[in-house]
Amino acid sequence: MIPGSFEYHRPPTISDAVGLLVSFGDDALILAGGHSLIPMMKLRMAVPEYLIDLQDISSLKSISVEGDQITLGAMVTQAELIASSALSEKCPILQTTSLQIADPQIRNVGTIGGNVANGDPGNDMPAVMQLLDATYTLVGPNGERDVKARDFYETAYFTERADDEILTAIKFTAPAAGHGSAYEKQKRKIGDYATAAAGVVLTMADGICTSASIGLTNVADTPLWAEASAAALVGTSVDEPAIKAAMDAAKAIADPAQDSRGPREFRIHVTGIMVQRAIQQAVKNAQ
Amino acid sequence: MQKLDIKMNINGADVEVNVDSRTLLIHILREELNITGPHIGCDTTHCGACTVDLDGKSVKACTIFAGQANGTTIKTIEGMANADGTLHALQAAFKDNHGLQCGFCTPGMIVRAYRLLKENPNPTETEIRYGISGNLCRCTGYQNIVKSIQVAATELSQQEAAE
Ligand SMILES: Cc1cc2nc3c(=O)[nH]c(=O)nc-3n(C[C@H](O)[C@H](O)[C@H](O)COP(=O)(O)OP(=O)(O)OC[C@H]3O[C@@H](n4cnc5c(N)ncnc54)[C@H](O)[C@@H]3O)c2cc1C
Ligand code: FES
Ligand code: FES
Repeated sequence: MIPGSFEYHRPPTISDAVGLLVSFGDDALILAGGHSLIPMMKLRMAVPEYLIDLQDISSLKSISVEGDQITLGAMVTQAELIASSALSEKCPILQTTSLQIADPQIRNVGTIGGNVANGDPGNDMPAVMQLLDATYTLVGPNGERDVKARDFYETAYFTERADDEILTAIKFTAPAAGHGSAYEKQKRKIGDYATAAAGVVLTMADGICTSASIGLTNVADTPLWAEASAAALVGTSVDEPAIKAAMDAAKAIADPAQDSRGPREFRIHVTGIMVQRAIQQAVKNAQ
Repeated sequence: MQKLDIKMNINGADVEVNVDSRTLLIHILREELNITGPHIGCDTTHCGACTVDLDGKSVKACTIFAGQANGTTIKTIEGMANADGTLHALQAAFKDNHGLQCGFCTPGMIVRAYRLLKENPNPTETEIRYGISGNLCRCTGYQNIVKSIQVAATELSQQEAAE
């Protein structure tokens, strides 16, 4: 499968890249790792006339951990997230999740920016960014603006990002020291998107849950921040009734379509199971 | 249609090609340069038959555009044998341990295993299986592929110790 023709550009700076986006209008697309975009171009589901490759923009490639403030450049690859010891110490859910994305070759190329900007509900990182309450920085012709991951996703493949904006960075505050986290994903095989997946971050003090946040992947047109599900845990000892309440609250907002992974009812059922397992694992990982 | 001049170093040799911007790395290798070790199995980024080593990382050449590959250093199965022409430890181990049947997946599998052993010279069986999870084999059932990689790991660390 040979993709359609396009003109290739590799600008050296963010402002050059924005300039190209402005001059080409909506015939242009950004190329990060290309591991979502190239398969779509082979299928003619994307037919850009111009591709703007960000790989020469070195400022997009850094991981910064200052105290509890974490900033990820858009062009950091999934493999680089996994390899960062500073990240796995402060916020291990990024590593746990990355390891469940695709396979080693794809993680060497696929970027965090591409994963969250893509807007495919199957991507695993958006729900994690929602549960961490991350902020995306967008740079366009009128300068820079910040959008919360929780406000970014409109429906499948439609996001808050305008066509002439580049997502440059992802920022968030690391969860409190001693927190526990987990990302549980049901998939049919390596390289598959989730039938359903759930991420959990929580803190425990004297056996009582003091805070919790839960995100769900691939069970609706957008990632879901499961606010009520997490609220069901706070103030409890995360015993069976609390977990059951959290599962029910997550299942209540899951709205998956039937696909090759199974009928809607099955995928809602699996959503509950992923939430249950992620909560149990996060409690084990909490101090 | 835009044409691009692409320079790469492949298996130690500097090469230059002039291709359409939409050309994928796998087609440059196979059709422009006659480097046909990397195969096209699925063309959908799943099977790993097209795996090459690009700037020290395993990647799937069916999902890299020409422009992205410009300026990179690439190793394929054709560059795997030792300088004196003898087989690399991985090639020898696959041959001796029935690490292949039809051989279609083998160039990708060995190039991937090469990088895996650079990153982790003494992998456990689980680490090997996870490390090659982006490479599919329809014939062997993986048992002898894993065994071949284990044998090569031992051989390579003995070679290293002897040096
Ligand atoms: C076989 C296979 C299995 C996969 N399985 C999974 C999986 O289980 N889970 C998962 O999460 N992902 C999976 N992926 C997708 C993979 O993780 C992608 O690499 C990732 O989603 C996109 O990152 P990229 O850097 O390749 O982006 P690209 O493909 O380059 O870009 C994706 C989209 O985002 C836009 N874009 C990219 N970067 C920016 C930016 N900085 N600013 C604005 N727009 C931008 C592009 O224009 C494009 O529309 C899989 C891919 C393959 C091929
Ligand atoms: S041909 Fe590239 S992964 Fe199958
Ligand atoms: S030996 Fe035939 S596909 Fe692996």
